Amino acid sequence: MLGHQTLKGSAMNTLKYQSQAVAKPYFVFAMILFAGQILFGLLMGLQYVVGDFLAGPIPFNVARMVHTNLLIVWLLFGFMGAAYYLVPEEAETELYSPKLAIVLFWVFAAAGTLTILGYLFVPYSTLAHITGNDILPTMGREFLEQPTITKIGIVLVCLGFLFNLGMTILKGRKTVINLVLITGLIGLAVFFLFAFYNPTNLALDKYFWWFVVHLWVEGVWELIMGAILAYVLIKITGVDREVIEKWLYVIIAMALITGILGTGHHFYWLTTPVYWQWVGSIFSALEPLPFFAMVLYAFNMVNRRRREHPNKAATLWALGTSVMAFLGAGVWGFLHTLAPVNYYTHGTQITAAHGHMAFYGAYAMIVMTMISYCMPKIRGIGEANCNRAQVWEMWGFWLMTVAMVFITLFLTGAGILQVWLQRLPESGEALSFMATQDKLSIFYWLREIAGVFFFIGLIAYFRSFFIKEKVEAQT
Amino acid sequence: MSESFTKGMARNIYYGGSVFFFLIFLALTFHTTKVMPERDHRENLTEAVARGKALWEENNCIGCHSLIGEGAYFAPELGNVYQRRGGDAGFKGFFNGWMKAQPLNIPGRRQMPNFHLNDEEIDDLAEFLKWTSEMDTNAWPPNIEG
Repeated sequence: MLGHQTLKGSAMNTLKYQSQAVAKPYFVFAMILFAGQILFGLLMGLQYVVGDFLAGPIPFNVARMVHTNLLIVWLLFGFMGAAYYLVPEEAETELYSPKLAIVLFWVFAAAGTLTILGYLFVPYSTLAHITGNDILPTMGREFLEQPTITKIGIVLVCLGFLFNLGMTILKGRKTVINLVLITGLIGLAVFFLFAFYNPTNLALDKYFWWFVVHLWVEGVWELIMGAILAYVLIKITGVDREVIEKWLYVIIAMALITGILGTGHHFYWLTTPVYWQWVGSIFSALEPLPFFAMVLYAFNMVNRRRREHPNKAATLWALGTSVMAFLGAGVWGFLHTLAPVNYYTHGTQITAAHGHMAFYGAYAMIVMTMISYCMPKIRGIGEANCNRAQVWEMWGFWLMTVAMVFITLFLTGAGILQVWLQRLPESGEALSFMATQDKLSIFYWLREIAGVFFFIGLIAYFRSFFIKEKVEAQT
Repeated sequence: MSESFTKGMARNIYYGGSVFFFLIFLALTFHTTKVMPERDHRENLTEAVARGKALWEENNCIGCHSLIGEGAYFAPELGNVYQRRGGDAGFKGFFNGWMKAQPLNIPGRRQMPNFHLNDEEIDDLAEFLKWTSEMDTNAWPPNIEG
């Protein structure tokens, strides 16, 4: 059934604008880093239960830094690839400078690789020393562990990237999707600048650290996600652009209206005035709304589709990302966002549970949605991969997604028990952190098993890229 | 979505709403930074605390520990470790011994590396943890175990 509608005739050239092809190395490299992220995740999962496993060569803090930084960097590669693909087509013009996009790819890939190798092969304090961290100290803060020179490199790459996209948009059609996307990407670059502010006063340091972390993932990244999802939905459903753009505005309006003051949920216990407990609780309790709207919208658009797009896998990813983002960012975020609840859950495995599903659901999956839609076109295969490749891809989707649901559930179980044993009792009766961790080991083992299934799903997903159509399937 | 609700209306809510709430956020941030000195006790920020914070960062302590609930959840919360491990009377002695005893090499137990800090550096780090423990965190964490 699927094969009939694929545009096999134009197999060699299925791109509207040739410069869209610069997205390919970005996507490929993102997926390589993704694989690395999962391997280090598995290592950390094991260290949670076999504490001294590889503790000499790869201590937990190194593994975690590699795990989270690979995630951030591969998502950035994914966003960039998505933008390089989407912006020219929306603007109806070639990319301003494909050459710049390729140069920046190599600069970013080299800087990212060197940074990760630095984490792995040089003691962190030595890395700080040789990269001149004492001149402008920015290292050693969660998610912002990169050496200062890497951070400067990220800023330069972002500037070049925004310049390239901006020039493309300026000379072409200015669609809502392009404007929302570029707003999100500019916001990403601007808020990253707070990474360079690191005062001695820990309270101020933490306060503005959230300007990067929160205003990225619960702010401007939602614009990026919304724009990419809108683009893919227009392509795969054929629904009128006006309708999709209206939804996009509503969703990002709700995201920013709730998300900006929702930052307050990080200011409950930070030498900050008590009013943040009210502001943060009320606004972040509303943060699930944009994600819920995204679910309604994605399913509505697919139900009202005007064409049967042959890329069923891309449709699955688009629906999946809306549901998983709602569950991970929306529901699991709400679970521990109210100040009286957060008082007991702050910094427990509940946070880890939320972080895993939210990042996977909202950001990893939106990048894979875009990759699923774009790659067959970039590779000259056509509108969609062959049926067999899509079946492998969908196996990858389900294995990874269901595994992530279980990872989240097991971490939530661990978190609830942790709160019960360590946080709720009075001083003197509460179990110590380490004693509590021993009691949680069954949950950690189950999480690790779920992680292995995630990895199997990843292999199935990767396998789908290497499946060629059998000749007899054509006839 | 209803036809009478137009794209233009949605766009205006987006622009108006985000600008409005961002301005409120900036105003609250401005107010917060004005009142924080009373709560973070920045008058006690000494050179030793500053050096201690740099050591905290340059050894990536946050990669295993949490500090006021943020960081990794692999090793104990250290925002109140100063009180938990002896306070004014005993913390520094405990801490110096603890840092030097690493790695404990207990089979199967989560293992802290030895960061090869000298006595002066360990003292700086202790000063940083002491200062941190004296921040007014609205009574968080709920108990001494962090």
